[in-house]
Amino acid sequence: MDKVTRRSFVTTVGAATVVPATALLPLTASAASAAPAKTAGIAEQPDTTYLFFNAAEVLFIEAACERLIPADESGPGALGAGVPNYLDKQLGGAWGAGERLYRSGPWQAGTPSQGYQLPFTPAELFHASLRAIDRDLDAQGTPFHGMSPEAQDVYLKALESGAHDLDGVPSAVFFDMLLKMSIEGFFSDPVYGGNRNMVAWRMIGFPGAYADYYEAIDRHGVKFEREPMSLAEDAHGHVHVRQDIPANL
Amino acid sequence: MVQRLKEVDVVVIGVGMVGSIVAKELAAAGYKVVGLERGQTRFTVPEFQSPAIHDELRFDIRKALMQDNTREPVTFRNQGSQVALPVRRWESFLPGTGLGGSMVHWNGQTYRFQANDFQLATRTRERYGKGFLDPDVTIQDWGVTYDDLEPHYDRFEYLLGTSGKAGNIKGQIQAGGDPHESPRSREYPTPPQKEHFQGAMFRKAASSLGYHPFPQPSSNLSQPYTNPEGMKLNACVFCGFCERYACEHYAKSVPQTMILPVLLANPNFELRTGCQVQRINLDSTKKHATGVTYIDAVGREFEQPASLVITSTFAINNIRMLLLSGIGKPYDPATGQGVVGRNYAYQTMSTVASFFDEDVIINPFMASGASGTLINDFAGDNFDHSGLGFIGGAFIGAVNTNGRPIQYHPVPPGTPNWGKGWKQAVVKHYNHTIMFSLHGSSVSQRRNYCDLDPTYKDAWGQPVLRITFDFPPNDIKMAAHVTAKAVEIGKAMGAKQVAGNPRKGPYTVTQYQTTHNTGGTVMGDSPKTSVVNRYLQSWDVPNVFVIGASNYPQNASWNPTGTLGALTYWAIDALKNKYLKNPGRLVSA
Repeated sequence: MDKVTRRSFVTTVGAATVVPATALLPLTASAASAAPAKTAGIAEQPDTTYLFFNAAEVLFIEAACERLIPADESGPGALGAGVPNYLDKQLGGAWGAGERLYRSGPWQAGTPSQGYQLPFTPAELFHASLRAIDRDLDAQGTPFHGMSPEAQDVYLKALESGAHDLDGVPSAVFFDMLLKMSIEGFFSDPVYGGNRNMVAWRMIGFPGAYADYYEAIDRHGVKFEREPMSLAEDAHGHVHVRQDIPANL
Repeated sequence: MVQRLKEVDVVVIGVGMVGSIVAKELAAAGYKVVGLERGQTRFTVPEFQSPAIHDELRFDIRKALMQDNTREPVTFRNQGSQVALPVRRWESFLPGTGLGGSMVHWNGQTYRFQANDFQLATRTRERYGKGFLDPDVTIQDWGVTYDDLEPHYDRFEYLLGTSGKAGNIKGQIQAGGDPHESPRSREYPTPPQKEHFQGAMFRKAASSLGYHPFPQPSSNLSQPYTNPEGMKLNACVFCGFCERYACEHYAKSVPQTMILPVLLANPNFELRTGCQVQRINLDSTKKHATGVTYIDAVGREFEQPASLVITSTFAINNIRMLLLSGIGKPYDPATGQGVVGRNYAYQTMSTVASFFDEDVIINPFMASGASGTLINDFAGDNFDHSGLGFIGGAFIGAVNTNGRPIQYHPVPPGTPNWGKGWKQAVVKHYNHTIMFSLHGSSVSQRRNYCDLDPTYKDAWGQPVLRITFDFPPNDIKMAAHVTAKAVEIGKAMGAKQVAGNPRKGPYTVTQYQTTHNTGGTVMGDSPKTSVVNRYLQSWDVPNVFVIGASNYPQNASWNPTGTLGALTYWAIDALKNKYLKNPGRLVSA
């Protein structure tokens, strides 16, 4: 399998649309209030080593995720938060292989009320859909990562509305999984490889795994100020990524 | 090769809330009891520990504590004319598995139903006349009354240590409590939990409109408590990881914290985990159970003979157990004949979101599973339904339980689903929004039912349960009516924007609503319209008792657990004082 690091990827395609947001943005007020050791952690994040997505897929995933959750004045977007890394590790692990998914046939398309009914595991769904998208855009002449942000949004909206048939996968099904997993990667504990440095939690003021509000709960209307806490922090505040936590007890 | 084991007095299928309470009582009364639990053994220590338990991805999104749907799914369709397909991932409702059952991941919201609910068909006819209801609605009386159950509600609440404020003690209305509640014999065991900001805002607004707000009865305790079993519970610290999680603080009343250690210390009881019961075995008359057949975790098949079998699994699994065992006549919606699977109902959940300016700081992540404030003014039959064309209602409450951001990031209607507009709205509203929950009743209806699926099998080769369900028009009307009332409360709180989201059809399994599945083995007065009699004894096989929310003939406006606890102690009373002294039918058919 091809492995593409973030650095090599950025070097390859240039900085026009997909440079990691943290590299460009000044720290926001909330990020600036973080403890120095943790703020420094942003720069110390290793480049993403892709284990699941191939080189072509990485180009689409990084660009698409950043359109779904873009960097803006409120803070980093999907790239800065490591969402593509989260997707890569989840899809390459047990979840991608169909963990917690009932996989017996027979198979048929159901009503919208009946939910997901394709035989694909999430990993298979991503590979199949991304291959079809690549072929579609090849025919049109411009790869997704080469489009303007506006054109990328138009293409993503077409996927969302189900306008494309991705080799049998309704594009709305793929888009729904991509968006759901991007939001997961953005807001889940950084132990899974997204939400780097808890940027998404800082942005909204969620304290993470911290869990004692007995004294605070009846101080009504007073903002709760605290460094967010990860499940996997060591004594130095460093978060160790363990993306293979099983989805059962 | 089936191994036949030594006969015992009682087999309990499922060691969750009901199973652990029943087993504890019968073992203490001297009977040899075996508890068969399909999931694994688990306790507060070492399994439910922080910080690992505070993992939204693992527990909320990946459903770590839930029934293994890859081995034991259900199928679903809205209408009988459709092909039911497997629910390939849990979403709409979340049955638990493992020792302690679904109660391990509950919210602790501990309500009683009202006297009216237990005689719903009779009271509706009396108040609104015969032709009031849609003829497809199949509501019926329970066969027990509130007065029958009151002592058992009381016992259950004192087992849990429920934190609340009484509204009616022996007919005397109590300030600060729910004036609509049916009379209780005494105050709650512990005072209400601290009120969060949303609750306080709601209380003020609801009062200003003339409603009657009261603190949510919570089994996440407000203070340390020792229950009548001698179990010690702690005060809840409002961690915001309650429903879908297990509690590491010993502050949520669940079997592990309120009764299991007492049960497990009794040598009359034997717990076997990893045991998947295949069926209740009947003798050649089909009128007498001889025990159960189960397969253990390594695949060995056993027959466990017993004099009495109690199935106390999650509601939908109770239905399936009877269908797989051939106990009771399966319901046929075409003819209306048969009872098992009949009157499957749910809960009609709506929401209202109130968006405030950024100077109103909510801190949504500070909450217990039941630390809200609510009103019952539009619940049940607490308001006049004349001319409205529906029965039932919903409690309306600021009962938000968490701020876990993968699931909780409210945005106003019209916000894009993604992109810069979405992100800005999430950041802007996360800490400045109050969500109301409208917890609506659910009438039973002729076309909503459960049976065995003709196609899909579980991991043991047995047919899975097929659910056919859509929201009855009665409940859609109810949701619209109550949502309009709740929107007025949002406005009275001074919110900048209030968005009502009344439940609409069709019912979908793709969106979480609630794990309050009811019916399918309903209790009642007649074997023609019920599976079990008023003591939860099978009409067809008198040495089988079925205990679960599957007993509810329809669902009321409140969370079902308090009533299930009351029914459990009610059935135990009948078992100990009537059935076991003289086994046989407790009610003649």
